[in-house]
Amino acid sequence: MPQRREAAIVGVHEYPLRVVGPGTSALQIKAASAKAALDDAGLSWSDVDAVYDTGSHQGIGGLGISEYLGIKPKVIDSTSVGGTSYEFHANHAAMMIAAGKCEVALLTYGSTAHSDRRAIGTGGFTGTATPNPQTNMEAPWGLTLISNYGLVKQRHMHQYGTTNEQFAAISVATRKHAMRNPEAVKAMTDLEFVGVNELSIEDVVDSRMVAWPLRLLECCMISDGGGAVVIASPSVARNAAKKPVWIIGTGEATQYRENGGDITLSAGAQSGPRAFADAGVSPSEIDVLMAYDSFSITVMCMIEDLGFCAKGEGGAYVADGHMAFDDPTKPALNTDGGGLSSNHPGERGIFLLLEATRQLRGESTSQVKDPKLAVAVGNGGSLGSRHATGVSILAAD
Amino acid sequence: MTSQALRPQPHFPEQDTQPFWDATKRHELVYQTCNDCSNVIFFPSRHCTACGGANTTWNVSKGEGEVYTFSVVMQSRHPAFKDLGAYAVAYVDLDEGFRIMTNIVGVGNPIEEIQCGMRVKLVWEDQGDGQVSLPMFEPA
Repeated sequence: MPQRREAAIVGVHEYPLRVVGPGTSALQIKAASAKAALDDAGLSWSDVDAVYDTGSHQGIGGLGISEYLGIKPKVIDSTSVGGTSYEFHANHAAMMIAAGKCEVALLTYGSTAHSDRRAIGTGGFTGTATPNPQTNMEAPWGLTLISNYGLVKQRHMHQYGTTNEQFAAISVATRKHAMRNPEAVKAMTDLEFVGVNELSIEDVVDSRMVAWPLRLLECCMISDGGGAVVIASPSVARNAAKKPVWIIGTGEATQYRENGGDITLSAGAQSGPRAFADAGVSPSEIDVLMAYDSFSITVMCMIEDLGFCAKGEGGAYVADGHMAFDDPTKPALNTDGGGLSSNHPGERGIFLLLEATRQLRGESTSQVKDPKLAVAVGNGGSLGSRHATGVSILAAD
Repeated sequence: MTSQALRPQPHFPEQDTQPFWDATKRHELVYQTCNDCSNVIFFPSRHCTACGGANTTWNVSKGEGEVYTFSVVMQSRHPAFKDLGAYAVAYVDLDEGFRIMTNIVGVGNPIEEIQCGMRVKLVWEDQGDGQVSLPMFEPA
């Protein structure tokens, strides 16, 4: 089956700083990234006719951010499903472009989570003071965000015999990529990581226990940051400054805490097969895997549920290695360094698209040799209670 | 036992979970079943999440079940939790077929003493005069 060529990523920008300080706002990060991504595509502000943004940091969702940017779009989509919102946005933009509803879609993200000291990765209580069923049924027992993911890791270890050493292999593999990425090295330095260096399995399994069974070096950083993606129609993409990266398959799904449900089975078990079927490709053909690494367990579930190995065999898969950019045995994993070691301002999904695009253009700091296919799989919400998993499959021109 | 500092409390008005929390004042752990499709409904909800109907019955659980999974928070900055030391949050599967977020209490070292699949029974932690009570579980 011929691969689809209906919409392409033509411009990308990752905001370079992970600590912006009080002089820069999340909205300003969005605007600066939008400008840089349009420059990357050889397009201008006035070319944008569709806006995709979660609507954060400005009143009234997608309307507010469009006004802030100064764009009057034909299409607005402010889908907000946590960290994977950006795969949802890319997927929706590709569909709307394919349907002829718009030609140049702009996706934006900005956050000052680190500077705000917002508790995203290391301790805050979930929920808010606004009365709602979720908060009422979870907050009183002191569930923290990390312990939410700890619930899933514990069950995975119980159900499949997965070991801490196996989980640690994810942190080790992606830190190697981070050390090759100057922006990741600067991020770890600016965020005062104890060791800005490659990791051993022992480093990870001996690091501080935060919420059993998750240790510090299995948890993402809390950075500032943001980025933007420009997605365009084939006619625009053919005249863009750089080679288009085509969106050839999309999948979306949700999963909840359910009576009798299997907490180790993420929404990716639904959205992964949907995306691969949509693209007409299989996991064995993928060269680059950008998997949301809020925590080690998140990556483990994504690898299994998208079908890179059988369910429950993720431990053996990652412990076997071969996930580096220069090893063709398996898809290269999180070649920018991931949320563990490069960039996680709260919602990492956009960075999966950015690095997958850089790879398929040949621009990564850990460049895979001549890659043809990449997967961006995001995870939003919280893995142990309710989450969404968006999958975007990308192809080189 | 009653904590010195108050834990995060359920907030009201919240129409779906109000009956559940009212029942805790009587030390009753309640859940719903759907009269139309027999689904066990939890979280509490006016509608059945399997069929959309609103024809449900409230039932009182026997409070017996098993630990589905757990995590141990090593330290918390929240005043209600910081003096607890390490504490265990868990999903417990009740024998009636619903899964609840809770704490496992009555153990010395939670990491060593709690296991997935372990049988547990219900205990209550009152939150203060006239306030709700929190269902928790200890080894059966």
